[in-house]
Amino acid sequence: MKSLEELKAIREKMQGQIGVRSESDTQTRVIVGMATCGIASGARPVLTALSDAVQTKNLSNVSVTQTGCIGLCQYEPIVEVMEPGKDKVTYIKMTPEKAMEVVEQHLLRGQVVTEYTINSAIK
Amino acid sequence: MYRSHVLVCGGTGCTSSGSQEIMKALQAEIDKNGLTEEVSVVQTGCHGLCALGPIMIVYPEAAFYSMVKVEDIPEIVSEHLLKGRIVKRLLYNETVSEEGSVKSLNDTAFYKRQHRIALRNCGIINPENIDEYIATRGYEALGKALTEMTPDDVIKVITDSGLRGRGGGGFPTGIKWKLAKGNEADQKYVCCNADEGDPGAFMDRSVLEGDPHVVFEAMAIAGYAIGASQGYIYVRAEYPIAVERLTLALGQAREYGLLGDNIFGTDFCFDIDLRLGAGAFVCGEETALMTSIEGNRGEPRPRPPFPAQKGLFGKPTILNNVETYANIPQIILNGAEWFASMGTEKSKGTKVFALGGKINNTGLVEIPMGTTLREVVEEIGGGIPNGKKFKAAQTGGPSGGCIPAEHFDIPIDYDNLISIGSMMGSGGLIVMDEDNCMVDIAKFFLEFTVDESCGKCTPCRIGTKRMLEILEKITKGQGTLEDIDKLEELCYYIKQNSLCGLGQTAPNPVLSTLRYFRDEYVAHVVDKKCPAGVCKALLSYHINPDKCKGCTLCARTCPNGAISGSVKEPHVISQALCVKCGACMEKCKFGAIEKR
Repeated sequence: MKSLEELKAIREKMQGQIGVRSESDTQTRVIVGMATCGIASGARPVLTALSDAVQTKNLSNVSVTQTGCIGLCQYEPIVEVMEPGKDKVTYIKMTPEKAMEVVEQHLLRGQVVTEYTINSAIK
Repeated sequence: MYRSHVLVCGGTGCTSSGSQEIMKALQAEIDKNGLTEEVSVVQTGCHGLCALGPIMIVYPEAAFYSMVKVEDIPEIVSEHLLKGRIVKRLLYNETVSEEGSVKSLNDTAFYKRQHRIALRNCGIINPENIDEYIATRGYEALGKALTEMTPDDVIKVITDSGLRGRGGGGFPTGIKWKLAKGNEADQKYVCCNADEGDPGAFMDRSVLEGDPHVVFEAMAIAGYAIGASQGYIYVRAEYPIAVERLTLALGQAREYGLLGDNIFGTDFCFDIDLRLGAGAFVCGEETALMTSIEGNRGEPRPRPPFPAQKGLFGKPTILNNVETYANIPQIILNGAEWFASMGTEKSKGTKVFALGGKINNTGLVEIPMGTTLREVVEEIGGGIPNGKKFKAAQTGGPSGGCIPAEHFDIPIDYDNLISIGSMMGSGGLIVMDEDNCMVDIAKFFLEFTVDESCGKCTPCRIGTKRMLEILEKITKGQGTLEDIDKLEELCYYIKQNSLCGLGQTAPNPVLSTLRYFRDEYVAHVVDKKCPAGVCKALLSYHINPDKCKGCTLCARTCPNGAISGSVKEPHVISQALCVKCGACMEKCKFGAIEKR
C-alpha cells in the first residue's frame, strides 16, 4: 500500500462487514422470520441476500436480524422493516429477488414497496 | 459476506477457561448445520469481564453469552443462529431487563461507567486481521501525521493532550518526545515497554492480544515525531498469545507497507522488531529494559543520562508503555482538546485497571481519571462477594500501597494516589476485605521484590531481604515493637539509596500498611494475634462443645488425625497435632469449629 486512498478503500470495504457488530438505537432493523415455518418456505436465502446487500452497499445504519415465528405462517417468508419513529412495515412471501427490491426502494430511497406488504395482500 | 458474526473472546482469561475448545466446537457445529457461508466465528481480544468467561457475543443481536460450555454449543447454533431465538439462560444476567427483554451491554453496571480508548478495539475486532483494524480507522492517524503534520505538530498535540505515561511513573509523554527530538543523532530508537510484571496486572497483555496494530501505529507516529527509523517491542516470553499475535500482525503491517520504507509514499521509513524478555521484573525498569535489548544481563544503570539523551545502544531513545501508545492514534485523530476534556486537572484521559482480589467482577476496566475508588469497587466491580466489608485496595503492585476505607471516595489520579502513599503503577487494583491480613499482604509483596531484585545495588539486594526477615518474624509472633521501628527505618533507607525504581518503591507496601494499619502490626507483636485470622502461627482451631453434635465428620476429614472424640460426644482438637489447614472448619455443618 502506497497511498492514503488505498487505506481508505480497505476501510470502506471492511466497515460494511464490521457494521454487523455495531449497536445503536438509531438503526433501522430488518427482521426475517426464521422459525420452522419461515425456513421451510425459504427464509434463509432471503436472510442471506438481505444481509449481503446491506453489507455490500455499506448501509451502516441498517441491521439485519432474525426472529422466531411471527404467527402468520401462511405468509412466510416474512420480512419486517422497523425504522426509528415510523410504523413497522411487514413484507410477505419474500424471495431473494423481492428482497433486493426492498433494499433498493425502501432501505436506500425510503419508499415502501407497497405491493409486497401484508396490507396489499389482505385487501 | 456473513449475516451473523459470533465473537468469541480469545484473551488470556477466556482461553484458560476453555474458549479455544468452544471456538472449535462452534465452528464444527456451524459447519454441520450448513451455516458456514452465513455465520462467521471471530476470535477477539479481552472483553474485560474475565470473571464470566468464556464470553461469546452474537451479532447483529448483540447477545452476550457468559460462562459458555462446549455442551451449550449445539443449542446456541440450532436455536439462535438457525432460528433466531436467543438462548436466554446463557445471557449475562445484567443484560436481561426485569421484563425479560435483552439490554445492550453498554447499559450494564460493568460497562456503563467505562470509557474505552486504549481498549477501544479489544473484544470488537479480530486481532489477527489487519483489515478489521483498518475498518475502525486504523492507521488513519499515522497517515494524518505523515501527510498533514510536521513532527513538531505531533509533539505539540501529544503535549497539549496532557497524556502521561501509563506504566506507572506518570511522566508527560509529549515532553519525553520533545527531549528525544531535540537530541541530534544519526540513529534514534522508539521502544515499547511490554514487560508488564506486576502480580495481578494484565492490561498491556490485553491490548497486545486484542489490538496489536495500535501499538505499531503509535510507535511509527512516535518515530516520525522524534526522527527514529527503528522500533523495538520488549515483551515477555511468558505472554505466548501476545507474542504470537504481535508476530502475525507485524507480518501483515509489513506486507501492507504500513511498516517499512517510504510509508504512504513519504520519505518516512520505520520498522519494528520484537525482543522477548525472560520475565524478570526488573526489566520493566527502562534502563534495565534497554540493557536487556542490547543483549546484556538485564540490570539498571544510573540516570542521568536519561534515555532521551543516551538510551538504547547509546542513542537517543523514547520508551513508552503499551497503554500509553494505545492512546496515541486516538489523540492524533480527535485532537488534544478531546483527550484533555477527560480526567482531572493534572491527569487527563482514562486509565485501564485490572480488577482482582475480593471483588465480584474480576476483569479489565477502563475509566476516566478522577473516578472514585468507591465507584470502581461498588458499581463497576459489583461489590465484594459474600457480603464482606471493604478493607483496602492495593494499587501499583509491589511498588504501590494500600488504600484504606477512609480514602474510599478519593478520585483516582496520579497525584492523589501518591499523596495517600500509594501509586498508579501500571494499573493492578487488588481489593481486600476483612479476611485479609495487612501484614501478610506486605509480606507477600516483599517476597516478590526479594525474588526479583537484580542484586546490583546493596540497599535493594540486602535491605529488602532484611525487611522480609523482620516481617516473617512478626507474622510468626516473634516480633517486638523495636522490630516495627527498625522496619520503618529500613524502608526510608532503601527508598533513598536504591539505584532504580524497583528498590526505590519496594518498601511502599510496608510503609502504606504501617501508615494505615499499624494496629494490626501491633496486634501481631504485642497480643500475638492475627486479627484477620490469616497468619497460621498466631491462630488455633477449637471446637465449641455446645455446638458440636459428635458427627465425626471433622475427625474423618483431618489429614493429621488431630481430632478425637466418640460418636455423639463433643470432639477435641489436639493443638500439638493440628497443622491449621482449616479443613475441619470447612466441613463442619454446625459451625462448631472456631478460629482464635
